Amino acid sequence: MRFLVLAAMLLVPAAAARAEPPPGASSCSGCHALRPEVVTAVPGLTGRSAAELASQMQAFKSGQRPSTVMGRIAKGFSEAEAQAIAEWYAAVK
Amino acid sequence: MARLGLNRRQVLASLGAASVAQIGAPACAQAAPRVVVIGGGFAGATAARAIKGADPRIGVSLVESNRTFTACPFSNLVIGGLRALPAQQFGYDKISASGIDVVFATATGVDAPARRVALEGGTSLAYDRLIVAPGIDIRWDGLPGYTEAVAAKMPHAWKAGEQTLLLRRQLEALEDGGVVVMSVPANPFRCPPGPYERASLIAHYLKTRKPKSKILILDAKDSFSKQRLFQEAWKELYPDHLEWVALSKGGRVTSIDAGTQTFITEFGEYKAAVANVIPPQKAGRAAFLADAVDQTGWCPIDPVTFESKRSPNVHIVGDATIAGGMPKSAFSANAQAKVCAAAVVDLLAGRTPAQPKLINTCYSLVAPDYGISVAGVYEPVNGVLTDVPGAGGVSPIEAPRAERAQEALFAEGWFNTITAEVFG
Repeated sequence: MRFLVLAAMLLVPAAAARAEPPPGASSCSGCHALRPEVVTAVPGLTGRSAAELASQMQAFKSGQRPSTVMGRIAKGFSEAEAQAIAEWYAAVK
Repeated sequence: MARLGLNRRQVLASLGAASVAQIGAPACAQAAPRVVVIGGGFAGATAARAIKGADPRIGVSLVESNRTFTACPFSNLVIGGLRALPAQQFGYDKISASGIDVVFATATGVDAPARRVALEGGTSLAYDRLIVAPGIDIRWDGLPGYTEAVAAKMPHAWKAGEQTLLLRRQLEALEDGGVVVMSVPANPFRCPPGPYERASLIAHYLKTRKPKSKILILDAKDSFSKQRLFQEAWKELYPDHLEWVALSKGGRVTSIDAGTQTFITEFGEYKAAVANVIPPQKAGRAAFLADAVDQTGWCPIDPVTFESKRSPNVHIVGDATIAGGMPKSAFSANAQAKVCAAAVVDLLAGRTPAQPKLINTCYSLVAPDYGISVAGVYEPVNGVLTDVPGAGGVSPIEAPRAERAQEALFAEGWFNTITAEVFG
């Protein structure tokens, strides 16, 4: 209890709770590097708008945008789930 | 969703990729919860960093026996002569620098009621939550004739390092015309497509350097991961250098005769110039210390929190788990560890962990410029991590070579990305 009260005073749990990724989002960084120095042919997700990321997910899902693996992955997420993931990555400044 | 003010460092931190993203002020020491992680591979190191990144006030200790981690993914390229082992090796400096107490020691016991991990030398570490990421161990009682001593002559190379180099040296010393024999166990085992990637890259080496030689795969199964893709590629690339013997064709190896380097099946005997025995496996040692292993040899877990179904306050991640549809891969280990870490942070703060979703993507190289993949999306259904219907699957059959080349590039990008997130 003492821990919770102190933590609440510091506003850390609130910040941590907000930063907690929505379902599925934490898996993405296995392939999509968050660090710009990583050498990879896989496009990054940071520095893009939520609208762009969400629309790309839909395009992968429908097959409108051809892909190797993303079409198979995008089919596992509803539009709302993809939107939440997109907003989360878009918040990375 | 208002996620204002999230900066890149905070996000990296919450994903476990932080370097020094310390937010908030230190809480008083007595109040700070403590997490101990046993095992510094893809799963354990990810979990430690993700917890520290999500809440820097949590004291995190990472217990690991080795000062250098040698990654299994891409180690088949080392065996095939296409990569040097140091490219597979990572240290723990950046993990220490992120505020995690890295303890280079072997855990010798877990006292669950007292919530303490005993270490060699008589010291111990207290925890509120324990995460065990033990990887796999070889079942030395699982294949008659195959012992630890025999593995020094007939390597398994299923834990990367000296075993990887041993198999590589044996292939280099092989006379042109000699037969390489590999045995593959029944499911489940670490990295389901791994044996077939390895056989492909050995065949690639033989085709280019020892063209009169071939590799024979003796398999305890009739079907395997990415089978049609591998077989399509083998027909095209290695028709004279690779042969697969399925269970139904007598492929199951029942014992090993180390003296003559012979694989014995129900129907015949195969003498090898170079022998690679991929033996049956079980959860790594630390899972047994924590009493988290059931009669299958693996660890049943809650799919939301990855808490052991046998041992309260103990969480298991990575290859040692029974993770439903998720394969035993480094990608899965990393994804599971991030979900487990978020759940542990929630539980320590008195919050209820949210229902997670997880992704797996596994690349295999059939040749240096020929990659294929399998992917899946998973969520807990009735207590089991289950494939989301309609998602996932393997690369298309009969795709153009440019697509295979693209997947080979993505495979390398994946390795660079995941190792940077976990160890960089």
